[in-house]
Amino acid sequence: MLCDICGKNPATVHLTEIIDDQMNELHLCEECARTKSSAMEQQFGLSDLLAGMVDFEQQNKDEGIPAVKCPSCGLAYADFKKIGRLGCGQCYNVFRKYLAPLLKRIHGSSQHVGKSPVRKAKTAPTGAAVPTGASAAASTAAPKRKADLQELKAQLAKAIEKEAFEEAARLRDQIKKISSEQKNV
Amino acid sequence: MKIDDLLNHTSEWLKGTGPNSDIVISSRIRLARNLSKYPFPHWASKTQLDEVLNDIKAAVSKIDMLKSSTLFILGDMDSIDKQFLVERHLMSIEHTQKTEKKALLVDDEEIIALMINEEDHLRVQLMQSGFNLFEAWSIINRLDDELAKALDYAYLDDFGYLTACPTNTGTGMRGSVMLHLPALVMSRQIERVLAAVAKLSFTTRGLYGEGTQASGNFFQISNQVSLGHSEDEIIENINGLIRQIIEQEAQARQILLSKNRAVLDDRINRSFGILKSARIITSQETIELLSMVRLGSDLGMFKDIDRRTINELFITTQPAHLQKIENKKLSSEERDLKRAELIRKKLNLL
Repeated sequence: MLCDICGKNPATVHLTEIIDDQMNELHLCEECARTKSSAMEQQFGLSDLLAGMVDFEQQNKDEGIPAVKCPSCGLAYADFKKIGRLGCGQCYNVFRKYLAPLLKRIHGSSQHVGKSPVRKAKTAPTGAAVPTGASAAASTAAPKRKADLQELKAQLAKAIEKEAFEEAARLRDQIKKISSEQKNV
Repeated sequence: MKIDDLLNHTSEWLKGTGPNSDIVISSRIRLARNLSKYPFPHWASKTQLDEVLNDIKAAVSKIDMLKSSTLFILGDMDSIDKQFLVERHLMSIEHTQKTEKKALLVDDEEIIALMINEEDHLRVQLMQSGFNLFEAWSIINRLDDELAKALDYAYLDDFGYLTACPTNTGTGMRGSVMLHLPALVMSRQIERVLAAVAKLSFTTRGLYGEGTQASGNFFQISNQVSLGHSEDEIIENINGLIRQIIEQEAQARQILLSKNRAVLDDRINRSFGILKSARIITSQETIELLSMVRLGSDLGMFKDIDRRTINELFITTQPAHLQKIENKKLSSEERDLKRAELIRKKLNLL
């Protein structure tokens, strides 16, 4: 769940506000919650908060959001900004440029390292509604592992730079493991 | 199976068995999956949602693990029945709203639940009693592989499983553990523990998942990050964190026992006394008092109350359960009377 206010960071603070017996729930990220809590102290109501959100949407419009729409489902990036949901799997390809940094902010990484779907032979694997050359038939283990390795090496370099040695050791072991698996293939 | 059959059934996760079940109520893993052919539910047409439902139904029919299961079509159900399924932790509150083309598949043991057309096309959930995330993962992983043979999931090599909300992208996995932490609450250490949990990018929620507040002494802790770590790593991380919290709760219980025995005895027995004799009781008060009785039972104070009876009372005293038991709509005042009656019956029979 993304923050109700900024729509960028994951919501970690869950606020319940009761006005005239009406219960309203707000899900905010830490940053917005902090800003809001000081505002709340000045007796702000929910309507003020909502007005603030609209302002925020307005500001975003000025920042040059791409007008391009997903050819598969018709969702525009501005729609995503408004509702916090993508339209279909293909949106991830279309808005890749904007989503990669967003995913990195949310998860600390934009590279998947978990399992991939077991597929029946001969079904065309697709990222979304329209199969693209890049993703079609590319979900075999080897190239993915290679991408993992590059990402891990980059992470390792960063960890060393930050002097986060525990993390670095963990990454080193992972790289070793994957490299040896590749040799065994 | 009909929905009313669930009334006489104890969900697997309520059995009070499994590792560390004195502190851990249940372990849950859910996977978010989407079909590549269709837009995500909020962006899809009714016809498309119907096709999603049919595709998933067809896939499910081929899977042995789901042979004894029931499909509930939410659009056909009344609000009590829907609330009843939420109270049993089989689905989210979100799944009770705008129910067109939404469905829920539950296996007879209430271990596996599939929410269809919720935020994503498919939310697969697996529940286990006690602290058992690895077991939960090994079962759900197999089920996920079976489903993937029949369904073409939306997946990209770099982003992983694609979900409607980017907060679930990657593994699409959320692992949650429901903890009962009365001693950490009583000794006022809980804030410190929860602050540490948040710092490590985990979230704490209430009894009913996303958007609900922690109530009584129950806390559901789950991972926030779903991308950039493998499923095993995510589970390892939650596991390590939960193991520490369990240790702290166990320690706090021992300290209470050795330093404040009389006060603890008093609180637990008073709670038991009120539950056994109250004529009117709200669900909030029930949860708080049952929490104390459960603690007493965990500490061996009540030899003849089993954990399962207490666990069941947490669920059967909820509003929709009471109304299902009575088989009619009850006002909040009527429920408070019936609730007290049910508790008296269950506890005095022991």
